[in-house]
Amino acid sequence: MGLDTVARSSTPAPAEGRAIVGQISPNWVTTRLDFLVNWARSNSLWPMPFGTACCAIEFMATAASRYDLSRFGMERMGYTPRQADVLICAGRLPFKLAPVIRRIYDQMPQPKWVISMGACASSGGIFDTYAMVQGIDTVVPVDVYVPGCPPRPEGLLYGILLLHKKVRGETMADPALRQERALTPGDLRIPARLIDELSEPFGNSIHQTRSA
Amino acid sequence: MNPTVDSLRRAFGDKVGRVIVSCDQTIVYVDRESIAEVLRWLKEAPDENYDYLVDVTAVEYRDPERPIEVVYQLRAMARRAELRIKAELPKDQPLTVESVVPVWRSADWLEREVYDMFGITFTGHPDLRRLLMWETYAEGYPLRKDFPLRGRFSRSEQVRQALAANPEAHYSLDELSIAQAQYDLPEEMRERLERGDRGRIPEPKEERHG
Repeated sequence: MGLDTVARSSTPAPAEGRAIVGQISPNWVTTRLDFLVNWARSNSLWPMPFGTACCAIEFMATAASRYDLSRFGMERMGYTPRQADVLICAGRLPFKLAPVIRRIYDQMPQPKWVISMGACASSGGIFDTYAMVQGIDTVVPVDVYVPGCPPRPEGLLYGILLLHKKVRGETMADPALRQERALTPGDLRIPARLIDELSEPFGNSIHQTRSA
Repeated sequence: MNPTVDSLRRAFGDKVGRVIVSCDQTIVYVDRESIAEVLRWLKEAPDENYDYLVDVTAVEYRDPERPIEVVYQLRAMARRAELRIKAELPKDQPLTVESVVPVWRSADWLEREVYDMFGITFTGHPDLRRLLMWETYAEGYPLRKDFPLRGRFSRSEQVRQALAANPEAHYSLDELSIAQAQYDLPEEMRERLERGDRGRIPEPKEERHG
């Protein structure tokens, strides 16, 4: 409680702080600092594996000796979201698990990124049913989508390298970067209309009628 | 034909209905009122001794006139004999059947799953709650033929309801007393759980558009 009051009185509100950083134009100091910070972050991304299905088997293969995630500083699997940087959702997400992955995402400290691994996590895949979330981007924000059913380890590694590229392009001068909004119960991350649009049937599932 | 059928007929008379043999399985239709009595006899009669309840499930046929069937798959481990018992529940009557949890403890989750997916109530079940879907799931019973494949609500409404569900609320009251999560449950549900009454799931309110 004491810490709370001290923090509130002595430091400016986060929005103000971002505004100050945002006023600093990307000059030599900030870009060199950005480079250093992003180099460190991108080469030690600690994954939080959220393996729910067969994609998790490919994820284990990626982490094992032949493909060896530790080449990218990712060998430290954190099964606690509080010490993780990348949430890797490997597998389909049923509606019953939607509040779980949302809570895990909320518990991860910034900076954090999300990889949606496989067709089911990215779009619902073949599971266009009453029980399945049609893409985890309706629940948590996603940085990299890895297609495949399941993706081969090379595919996941390519996704991780794309995420490295994204991390290296970040700058602290961007005020929109690390913003997040806590969801209250009954709240949605994106507008309801957008969720319905993202969940529209496509591919083979357009041949299924609504009632059958 | 399984020889148990003859002894069943001797013991229960006209409560035992028609008998079908399909793929070496003997299927016996039993009167729905006396299903628990018949199953208890099959387990406890020394010559029968069906000590293993393999599965409890249900079947709904496309023909809307045909009743829903509750299926009990039994096995006598010592004799290596199998028997399938069915009870027919006509759709114009309440879908209730007596629970067999007092006979086989393994029927607990099997009957909960049938309740969750088909809406069949097992009277005398100690803890009849949904097993696969969460307790506040309001769209109905997914394996019924009138249930649309993608559910009754729109996708955004499904996401909203799923996110509003409390993951701790999936546990039983015994487990909840450890997690202290029963205080997060809706008042009405908490009071109902404390009474030991699981009640019925609310009927779906909002139909999917289009």
